Amino acid sequence: MNLIIIFISAALINNFVLIQFLGICPFVGVSKKMDSAVSMGLAVTFVMVISAAVTWLIYNLILVPFDMQILEYVAFILVIASLVQLVEMFIKKVSKPLYDSLGIFLPLITTNCAILGLALISVLKEYSFMESVIFGVGAGVGFTLALVIMAGIREELELAPVPKHFKGAGITMIIAGCLGLAFMGFSGLI
Amino acid sequence: MSQKKATLMEEFLRGIWKENPILISLLGLCPTLAVTVSAENGLAMGLAATFVVISSSMLVSLLRNIIPSEVRIASFIVIIATFVTIADRYLAAYFPEISANLGPFIPLIIVNCMILGRQEAFASKNNILRSALDAIGVGIGFTLVLVVLGGVREILGSGTLFGAEVMWSGFHPWAVMILPPGAFLALGLMIGVSNWLNELGEKK
Repeated sequence: MNLIIIFISAALINNFVLIQFLGICPFVGVSKKMDSAVSMGLAVTFVMVISAAVTWLIYNLILVPFDMQILEYVAFILVIASLVQLVEMFIKKVSKPLYDSLGIFLPLITTNCAILGLALISVLKEYSFMESVIFGVGAGVGFTLALVIMAGIREELELAPVPKHFKGAGITMIIAGCLGLAFMGFSGLI
Repeated sequence: MSQKKATLMEEFLRGIWKENPILISLLGLCPTLAVTVSAENGLAMGLAATFVVISSSMLVSLLRNIIPSEVRIASFIVIIATFVTIADRYLAAYFPEISANLGPFIPLIIVNCMILGRQEAFASKNNILRSALDAIGVGIGFTLVLVVLGGVREILGSGTLFGAEVMWSGFHPWAVMILPPGAFLALGLMIGVSNWLNELGEKK
């Protein structure tokens, strides 16, 4: 039961992008087209789940026993950077078009605050191993959801008469604000 | 190098307005949106990020001929993470209240694309003086936007500025401004206004 609550809370109520502001850069950068939004969401979810597991193991089995929590940030970021490298090689091998469409944003997953944020929040909340992994899945689903909704809206937006100074980033932020308002409606769910 | 080098003053000023990391390049948005509930938080975040960008730019610039280009991104991140740990411990020791307010967003400076962007685009190609000036400019630009955004949200959302009452007594705070959606709305409007100001400037 606890696991379900963690999942719903990470995916909807405390949506990583719209409520906690983690992972805004890819959210603004890759949400122009539906298919790249979906694949970006999946790639991020994948990295999130694995890094949630690996960082939990490193923190609780290496850093805590040796009393080296001060190295937390450096250790986490190295794990994430190598995972992203792995995913990048994997996607390049499996699907070249996908690799090209994600472009610069693929290596930038390393600097996606959602992933490091996930590891840090798991440590702060003292989650168990299983809870961290479920938290990672929920956060990934929430991220993908926000990205896909945004991409859907932005595809329609191409046809809308937006005031010229708000074109691009400005209007994207304002729409994200409206989506955030909508997601706040989930807050009574648990 | 055939291209004319920018003067030192230009390196410094560029980051503040013309290539402002937030308003123009849209880098480092996560902390921008998350911590700007009040002007004070914005200022603390801005100063912490400025410290990190200046120190890591200078170190990267010194090491630029030693770091092999294949592992440069990883090296930059480790350098940044080191300085962020210093900033984080310092804030936790001397300003525990601010450190608690900012929560995980201080360690998240590590993955602030603005800082990594400066290392990749500038510090790894320029000498230490230019890198330091560039980093100071970018840091000031970042801090300014954070303080203004935090100030606007604090005035409208709680009727105060740096904790002091500024609105008239009958003012009813717009609670939405200090909630997460308010951050997006305020930043969206700020980007629009800055585009408009830029255009006005060009017409003259």
